[in-house]
Amino acid sequence: MSTTEIKIGGLGGQGVILGGMIIGRGASIHGGKHATLTQAFGPEARGSACSAQIVVSDESVEYPYVAHPNLLVVMSQEAYTRFAPEMAEGATMLYESELVDPAGLNPDIKAYGIPATRIAENLKRRMVANIVMVGFFTAITELVNLDAMRKSVESSVPKGTEALNLTAFERGYQFGLDIKAGKNPEEAMTAAGEPA
Amino acid sequence: MSAEQKGVLTGAHYLDGDHACSEGAIVAGCNFVAGYPITPSTEIVERIAWRFPATGGTFIQMEDEIASSITIQGAVWGGAKAMTVSSGPGISLMMEHIGFAAMTETPCVFVNVQRGGPSTGLPTLPAQADMMQARWGSHGDYEIIALSPNSPQECFDLVIEAFNFSEKYRSPVMFMMDESVGHMTEKVVIPTPDKIKTIPRKFTSKAPGDYKPYEVSSGLVPDMCKAGDGHRIHITGLTHDEKGYPVMNADCQEKLLTRIVGKIRDNVDDIAMYDEDEIEGADVVVISYGITSRISMKAIRAARQQGVKVGHIRLIVVWPFIENYVKKLAGKVKALVVPEINLGQVVLEVERCAAGQCKVVSVPHAGGAVHEPETITKAILEAVK
Repeated sequence: MSTTEIKIGGLGGQGVILGGMIIGRGASIHGGKHATLTQAFGPEARGSACSAQIVVSDESVEYPYVAHPNLLVVMSQEAYTRFAPEMAEGATMLYESELVDPAGLNPDIKAYGIPATRIAENLKRRMVANIVMVGFFTAITELVNLDAMRKSVESSVPKGTEALNLTAFERGYQFGLDIKAGKNPEEAMTAAGEPA
Repeated sequence: MSAEQKGVLTGAHYLDGDHACSEGAIVAGCNFVAGYPITPSTEIVERIAWRFPATGGTFIQMEDEIASSITIQGAVWGGAKAMTVSSGPGISLMMEHIGFAAMTETPCVFVNVQRGGPSTGLPTLPAQADMMQARWGSHGDYEIIALSPNSPQECFDLVIEAFNFSEKYRSPVMFMMDESVGHMTEKVVIPTPDKIKTIPRKFTSKAPGDYKPYEVSSGLVPDMCKAGDGHRIHITGLTHDEKGYPVMNADCQEKLLTRIVGKIRDNVDDIAMYDEDEIEGADVVVISYGITSRISMKAIRAARQQGVKVGHIRLIVVWPFIENYVKKLAGKVKALVVPEINLGQVVLEVERCAAGQCKVVSVPHAGGAVHEPETITKAILEAVK
């Protein structure tokens, strides 16, 4: 049984929960897998630290919580500080490279950065940074296929914003492909058509 | 009978347990909800309020829980299928009217998304500490039906069963969710209406002059009458005869309560729902329900890897308790292990049924989180010694 534990951390307002929802929906509704999403729920989730956990599996998920994520996505420095020590051995971390300094990261962890907020700002909508990150996640992890994730983005965002969000998703996805192909972040930005 | 087409969102959805409960209620034919929203159940009434205009239902945000719990019963006698939704603090306020529903045999559903208590306790965090309240909370002798889902899919499926049981037995039914299941998001498949079994209310065929509201023709459950068809009825919480009027003496009390309690006690086998896993030849059997059943599955897997023969009973219907089943099981195993997010409630019932035939081990948790699976594994390994 192949099970992947994912944690996404950031600040309230960065779309962390929606990001988790899109990955979960992509995996379970469109991608033929099972996915359970749980989230930090409480008054503290509004405006400060906030996180979502997703367990993705080929079989039905029994235990729904994440103790040691195989995939960690961090959108804020605080989330990095809090969650990086929890990562499983050989885990992969995706981070917002202009908001997170991954200082002191265990060399065992494969880390990939993306300036998701800057890419979103170039699309004139800072709030789609989470969708850029979801695109990046799709390319780097290959956990859920591209088509399933596109469908999930489309069916998860507010009506009328689908085109913008899909563009944000494609930018993040392309950036991820370029990084995987060995380009450095600046080259990847240029390749993705971003202003220098 | 199958579900009405109107309002059934057939297809695969990514929903949390609260929202799945709302959809299940709609499919079950629920067309009246009165509630006073409270965390962690708020999303249920939020979705009901959003969906009811399209399905033709009525939602009233009430002034409090006491009003909610009696307003739904007025709606039921007016012909509606109704539920109210709350969490511990609100459910405590509803207790008088849960007894009223039991005494007047009013079919309705009380959803309790359990959070930590007593009092206001832990509004945003899970517990399973209202299980005995569900069983015994209102005064007097009555039996209750209580279901405990462990996933969003079951929040959908089982709330339909809750409505069906309420109609079949003319009884209030407690739907015992918890914060974990309510706020967990998973795939929920909503079938086509023809695949969903719903039990409609059984109305009398007697003419108004011949009908007695608490007269039983067969079995132990009387037929209801349709409001507006001309039947005259009197509904009271006082001890009443077949006509529904107060007759306050020991004979009438015995006749009424024997029937009200008996209609559930005599039908435990019909009402019981549970999952069995590797019971045959097990040395230890874990008995769990709700979210704790999923934590138990991980713990059991770990214990099996260490060579222990562990079985698992997951109670889907917790009340009425599967007394005879547990009595027999206790004679075949070394120990029964009962993890639950409270300081020992359903374990008391297990102990009573085991009656000394085997060890009964409580694995308590005060609430605010689920068990660490390792705690349950450790209890299993200790129990088998």
